[in-house]
Formats: sequence, structure tokens, C-alpha cells
Amino acid sequence: MPLNILVIASLAYVICLFLVAWVAERRADRGRLGWLRSPLVYTLSLSIYCTAWTFYGAVGYAARSGLEFLTIYLGPTLVFIGWWWLLRKLVRIGRRQRVTSIADLISSRFGKSNLLGIIVTVMAVVAATPYIALQLQSVTLSVSAFAVPGEDGSAPPGTEATAIWVAGGLALFTILFGTRNLDAKEQHHGIVTAIAVEAVVKLVALVAVGIFVVWGLAGGPADIVARIHASEIADWNLQPGRWAGLIFVSAAAVICLPRMFQVMVVECADERHLFTAAWAFPLYLFAMSLFIIPIAVIGLERMPTGANPDMFVLTLPLAEGQGALAMLAFLGGFSSATSMVIVESIALATMVSNHIVMPIWLRLRPAKAVSGDVRRIVLLSRRLSIGAVLALGYAYYRMSGGSAALAAIGLIAFAGVVQFLPAIVFGIFWRGATRVGAALGLVVGFAVWAYTLFLPSFGPDAVIPAMVFVEGPFGIDWLRPRALFGVDGMDPLIHSLFWSVTLNTGVFLLGSIVTFPGPVERMQGAAFVRVFDIAASGPRGWEKGFAETEDLLVMAQRILGDDDALAFFEAEAKGQGKAGYLPDPSPQFIARLERRLAGSVGAATAHAMISQLAGRATVTVEDLMAVASESAQIMEYSARLESQQAELARTAGQLREANEKLTQLSVQKDAFLSQISHELRTPMTSIRAFSEILTEPDMPPDMVAHYGRIIHDEAKRLTRLLDDLLDLSVLENGTVQLNLGLSNLSQMIDRALQAASHTKPERSFIIHRDLPMENIFLRTDADRLVQVFINLISNARKYCDSDHPELRVVVRHRAGRVTVDFIDNGSGIPKGKQALIFEKFARLTDQTRAGGAGLGLAICREIMANLGGTISYLPGQGGAAFRVALPLRLERKAA
Amino acid sequence: MATAPRPPLFLRPASYRRRRRRDAARLLPFVGGFLFLLPILWAPQNTFERDTAPDGIFLFGVWAFLIVLAFVISRSLAVPSEDDDPDSGNDPDDDS
Repeated sequence: MPLNILVIASLAYVICLFLVAWVAERRADRGRLGWLRSPLVYTLSLSIYCTAWTFYGAVGYAARSGLEFLTIYLGPTLVFIGWWWLLRKLVRIGRRQRVTSIADLISSRFGKSNLLGIIVTVMAVVAATPYIALQLQSVTLSVSAFAVPGEDGSAPPGTEATAIWVAGGLALFTILFGTRNLDAKEQHHGIVTAIAVEAVVKLVALVAVGIFVVWGLAGGPADIVARIHASEIADWNLQPGRWAGLIFVSAAAVICLPRMFQVMVVECADERHLFTAAWAFPLYLFAMSLFIIPIAVIGLERMPTGANPDMFVLTLPLAEGQGALAMLAFLGGFSSATSMVIVESIALATMVSNHIVMPIWLRLRPAKAVSGDVRRIVLLSRRLSIGAVLALGYAYYRMSGGSAALAAIGLIAFAGVVQFLPAIVFGIFWRGATRVGAALGLVVGFAVWAYTLFLPSFGPDAVIPAMVFVEGPFGIDWLRPRALFGVDGMDPLIHSLFWSVTLNTGVFLLGSIVTFPGPVERMQGAAFVRVFDIAASGPRGWEKGFAETEDLLVMAQRILGDDDALAFFEAEAKGQGKAGYLPDPSPQFIARLERRLAGSVGAATAHAMISQLAGRATVTVEDLMAVASESAQIMEYSARLESQQAELARTAGQLREANEKLTQLSVQKDAFLSQISHELRTPMTSIRAFSEILTEPDMPPDMVAHYGRIIHDEAKRLTRLLDDLLDLSVLENGTVQLNLGLSNLSQMIDRALQAASHTKPERSFIIHRDLPMENIFLRTDADRLVQVFINLISNARKYCDSDHPELRVVVRHRAGRVTVDFIDNGSGIPKGKQALIFEKFARLTDQTRAGGAGLGLAICREIMANLGGTISYLPGQGGAAFRVALPLRLERKAA
Repeated sequence: MATAPRPPLFLRPASYRRRRRRDAARLLPFVGGFLFLLPILWAPQNTFERDTAPDGIFLFGVWAFLIVLAFVISRSLAVPSEDDDPDSGNDPDDDS
């Protein structure tokens, strides 16, 4: 088949995937998740377990070792039908602790230790590299199997060129869809949906080839059984050690592989999806494996001797002249490789950025944690990590020469990730597991794996000298990589697996027993092991009073984005019974904030960032007692008491706040009465005085005119004051007539800016606006709204104390509501006064500077209430900031 | 501190059945592991019989059997029973 058709088909397929991912992202953005969160999509996304290794390699494996290939799928089957033991708990912990990756799980379990995060990340990257190389190799192999030199004379591409193109294209796709969101809990809907589509493609392709082989080339199932009897693999050799060992390895790998953890735990939208996946995923594996032996048998029978059995899925239909089927098989293999690489590189990039890049960056410039733009750094480091991971895979592919059998490379990677198993299993079932034990176990297991399996895989003399294989390092006989402690004659894989897992577990258990865990570690241990018993609030460790909420808000905005952070803080403040955006920095609130941040940057980094503001985490005696108490009843009883107490405390807080407000209001009212009588008397006094002068005879006409003008001005001031008071009382009584109509927000802001320019015309303001966003039509009372805008802009002109005053007008539109923020760059309003500014006659500065009666913002608040909206002060924006929120379409109230 | 009520010693039939279904879910992987390891007993490497086909049929048969069982069990666990609340949170024998 000519090469260009192959390239066009692949490109068309990739474009289809792009479209699928894009449509899914669009639906997710609009909140219409629907089928995107169905158990079916979840199950299909799990199928990234079946990589190109399954698609091509399984047939080769069967042709070499008979039924042994089945072990790779029997292990995961056991894990999934036993989901009630392990997967249920893992998924619950992942959701409760907002775990972002397998490194985050282990680091978070053992006291948010970043050291463990780094160890696991490095191990995962090293173990994944050969696996990614394997995918690149399978795609290049399949391209060269397909592209025999065409009739048109076009030469088949070099394998390096294919590998580079594939690696580059995958990096691009992954960066485009994998690093759009920062919060890993927001999940990559686009990617997951694309993966699910790829799962269907590879299943259909393999089953189609299988059906063609069984019913097209052979004469149905009975004939296949007869042909198996007649074939080279009629008598397979089951080696008990390998059989049991491989079932164990694959069962452990399905839990520990970073990409499996990503789709199984991190992307899991709903715990109940496990109910379906428990039987549907084994069914998928069953269907993928069913036709492997028939394909291998017919391939061995029909293909020339020496043909690579790893490529039978592709070469068999080609040799039989089934071009379309071969193309389908090619796309199936392509799907298997691409979906694995995409998810693996996202999982690894999250780990690298959260556990290596961010901690280093925080160490280098701790101040930036609060003020710098952390989001950009995190996303940039993820993008670079994706590129680096793929580059490593490509480098391994070039180095290893791409010659080894597919199955061998895959098993090396499996044995590497299995080293995580003791830390995970003991971590979530045994409270005695400690950080030191976990670190020792991981390092020892990883070292043994690297020494006995990974480094020897490059061949003798590549990394380890050939002499070491024969005599051991420095002539020490019992340290030979293939015969550790003198155990000779074992299968190399099983030998390595046996020693690495045994030593890993042994060192881990010993280390855990002899060391003593720190307080945070014990809290986390209890939260993980007893995840089904302990209430959702979980343990906390922050001492009250160290952190200033506004600083926390500024930091949260840098990571979560302005909108999400403000919404989170507002909800928290409401939970404490407070209005506005600034909750009290209670330990519970800080613990929830930390968990929220952990969803973006990982537990260890979030913990470190919060401790920069909130001081060291401490664990109180009550916390430890709550954890240590074994009786669920007592805990539930005290939890109920606690919630009642919290309720009482919240009510008391509300009452206290109301009382404070009333007292302040009463003081203000007194002050206002004297103020207003003063305000009324001053113009009255001058009017009386000047009118008395006018009654005198013989006044020169210019003096008469002058005094008349003064009387007129004073009367005008009086009228304005009375107008304001009248306006306010009308608005407060709700008897105001609204003049509803459609008007353009941009034009309203234009009007307001023009009208407000008369206030302090000598100050020149720089105005930042976002005209495209402003271009929306509102159904509201335009004149009233403009009045609010004028007031806010004039206030900014009056009070902004910056030398180069700037005003930003930010418009957002979401879910039928419009918010308009007016943000200047002055010194803002001190926290203590923020609650008062909307009250009548409140003035922060002395009267001469203000030049008004202090009614402006009170009127604004009443206007907004009448327009069905709100006006509020936004803290933490680097200046005074006001947010006007109102409905897009105001319906007329029923009379 | 007031003593919380003791959990009942015996359960109503509906709750009793639900717990046994959970036990079945816990048991299933062990049944599967046992059946998958059975071929070791008849040790295909020492025979000269042509045993790939019968062994394959045995393994795929066990596999299908396990999938059907898993389907039945997870279906029965997924149906929320009407009296879920009284004894799901503080089961004395259900802590995993």
C-alpha cells in the first residue's frame, strides 16, 4: 500500500480525535457533562491498559510462549473483580484528598513528604521511558510493515523519521488538551473522551482481524481448535514460577502504572462507576484476548518463516490482500500507542511539575509564592515536562536500537512500577507504615530492579560490563545481577521481581516498625486507612490566627484563578455566617483551602505554600485523640455535638456581627443627625445673612448680582442634599418606578465615564477596558445603572491616591448574570472599614476632602437591590475594587 | 460523655443479605486466583500432550464465569436498599 494513503489515513484519524476532544471540552465547559461522565466512558478509558504491546505484542508473545500471554490480562481481571478490597478505597481516598497522581498519593499518605514525591516521580519516569519507547517502536514497525516501496517509486521513510514525527505530534496533542486546566480535579474531559473513542477503535480492529482469521481463513471455531492442535504451539510450556509471577506483576501494575492511576482514580468522576467497571473492564480484556491465539496460529501457518510474529495482526490481512482490514488494524495499533503515550505523559508531567519543579521554584524564590503568577509557571513546567518525557522515550528507542521483542520491554516497565505496591497497599491498610520505611523500601526495590533487570536490558557491556554478569562486581560472586545471593538458574524477570519485591517489602516493614511517625504523618495515616469511617472534615493541623485571610486570598487567586478563588472564599465566609469575601482564618478553613490547592499543585507543595503564610502546622491533643479513638460511636456522638457547637458558634458570630453593626449604626445616626443639621444650617445661615444684606437700600447692582448668585448656589446645594435624602428613602421603601429597557453595557459605561470626568477634571486617569466583553445588551433601568457607575468612577477619581491613577473596568458574563468590576490602583479601603462603606453617611476621610454627605454608596446599594443585583467590595485586588453584579434580564416585579 | 447505643447483635434479613453480598464481592478474587492457578497442578510443561487448546478453553471459560459473577454481584450491590442508613455507617464487621 502506498505510503501517502497511510499518512492521509493517520492524519484524518488524528483530526477526528481532535474534533472529539474539542467537542467534549466544549460540552464540559458549558457544564453539560451528560454522557461524558457515564460509567461506559470510564470503563473504556481504562482500556489504555491495552497499549500497542497488547495490540501487536500479544500475538507475538502467544507465538513464542503459548498461553502465557494471558497472564498479563488475568492479573488485572482479578484486581477488578476484587474491586471491593482495593480500588474502592483508592478511589475514595483519591477523591477525598484530591490526589493528583500516584506520587501525590504516596507523598500525601506519608505526611505530605516531598522527598517521597521526588523518589516516586523519578522511579515512574525511569520505568515509563522504555514503555513509551515501545509505543514509538510499534508505530514505526507497523509503518514499515505497511509501506513497501510504492509503485510510484516513493521510498519508505526511515524509521527514525517516523519515530520523530510520531513523538512530536503526540507531544503537541497532549499539550493542547492535557494542560488547559490547572486543577487536576477539573479533569481532562477532552482527553478521556478521545481515549474512549480510541478504545472502541482498537477493540473493533482486533476483533475484526480475529473474525476474519477464524471465519475467513479458517473454517470456524472447530477448525481453529484442530489447527491449534496441528500448530507449533500445540504444546505450551507452563512454568509455574512465571505463570504465578506474571499474574502478580500484571495485577500490581494495573494499580501502580501512573497512567492507570490517572484514569482510574484522578479522572474518576463518580465512585459508582466502579460498579460497572468491575465487570465491564475484565470483559473488555476478555474480548481483546479472545482472538490472539487463533491469529498467532494462522500467522505461523501461513506467513513465511522468519516473519516477525509481533506484526501478524497487520501482515496477515496484508498478505491475504485485505487492504481495508489491514488499514483498520493499523489504525487500531496507532490508537493503542497514541492513547497510552498521551495519558502517560500527562500523568508524568503532573508528577514532575508538582514534585520536582514547584518545590525547587518555591525554594529559590519563596516570596513569589504569594505574589508571582504560579498558574503560568505550573502550566509551563507541565508543558515542558510532556516534551521531556517524550524526548526521553525517543532517546531510549534510539539507544536500545528498537530490536528487542515487544513483550520483554513491557515486562521490564511493569516490574519497575510494581515497586510502588508495598507503599500503596500497606499505606492504605496499615496505620503503622511510616515515611522512613516507605522511602527505604522504594529506594531498595528500585535499586534492585535497576541492577538486575533494567540496566542488563541494554545488553552486556552497554552499562554493566559483561564480566560482572559472570563473576559479579569486584569478583563478589553472590552479587551477580542474574543470580543475586547465589540463586542461579531462575528466569531473569522472576529473579529480579522476586528479589526486588521481597527486599522492598522487608525493608519497608522493618523501617516502619523501628521508626516513629511525625504528627502530620499519623494524621494522614489515619485519614487514609480509615477513609470510610472518618467524617469528611478529616484531620486538621493549622493553628488559628497566624494567617491573614487577605494574604491567603491573594495566594489562592494566583493558583486557582480570580473567579474560582473568590467564589471559594465567599462560600467559606457564608459557611461561617459572614458576608463578603473574607472568612475567618479558622483551622478548618485553612485545611479545606489546602486540600483545594492540593488539587492544583499536589499535597506537598500546597502544604509548603500555606505554611509560608500560616506558620507551622501543629497537631493538637484533641486532633490526636479524635484519631486515636477506635470507637466509631463515640466519634459520631462527638461529631454531632461538635456540629451543634459549630452551629451555635456560627449563630453567635452572626449575632455579634449584627450587634456591632447596630451599635456602629446608632453612633453613625447620631453623628448624622448633627451632621445633617449642620449641613442644612450652613446654607441656610448664608442664605439668611445675604438676603438680609439685600434688603438694605443703596446696594450697587453688581453686589446685588453677586449676593444673589451666592444665595442661588446655596439653595441649589440644599436642594441637592434634600434630593439625595428623598431618593434614598424612595429606594429603600421599594416604591421606585423602574424604567426597564434593553441597553448596551458598553454605551452605559461610556456615558458614566463622560459624566464622571467632571469630578476633579485636573486628574488624568488611565482607563483599561475590555470592549468586546462589554458589548452585551442588558434589560435593566439604564439611567439608574449609569448613576451607580458614575458614583463608583467619581469615587475612584476622588479617592484614588496613586501618582499615576489607573482604573480597570472588568466585565464578566456567566449563567445569566453580569458582573462589572471597577478596580483602581490606589491604596484601597482598610479591612476594618470595608463593612461600613455602604452604610448611610459613612465617610472614611474628613468631610472637606469628600465634599458630599456620604450618601453615594448607600444610594448605589439601594439602586442595585432594586435592579435585582448587588454591589460589594472586592478585597485583595491591589487597590479599591467594587463589584457590581446584576441579572442579564431583569423581569418586572409583579405589582 | 453519654454512652452511645450498642449495635444490635442480629440484623434484619435485608441488611443480612446485603452484608453477604459484600462478602461475595470480597471472596470473588480469591476464587478467581485459585481457578487461574489451577493449571499449575497438571503441569503442562512435563507432558507431551497437545494441551494449548483445552487449557485455553478452560482459562477462557473460567474468565467468562468470573465476569458473569462480577456482573451479578456488582448489580446487586449497586441497588440502594431502602434501609441503607441504620446500619451502614457503623457496621461492627464492615470496616474496609
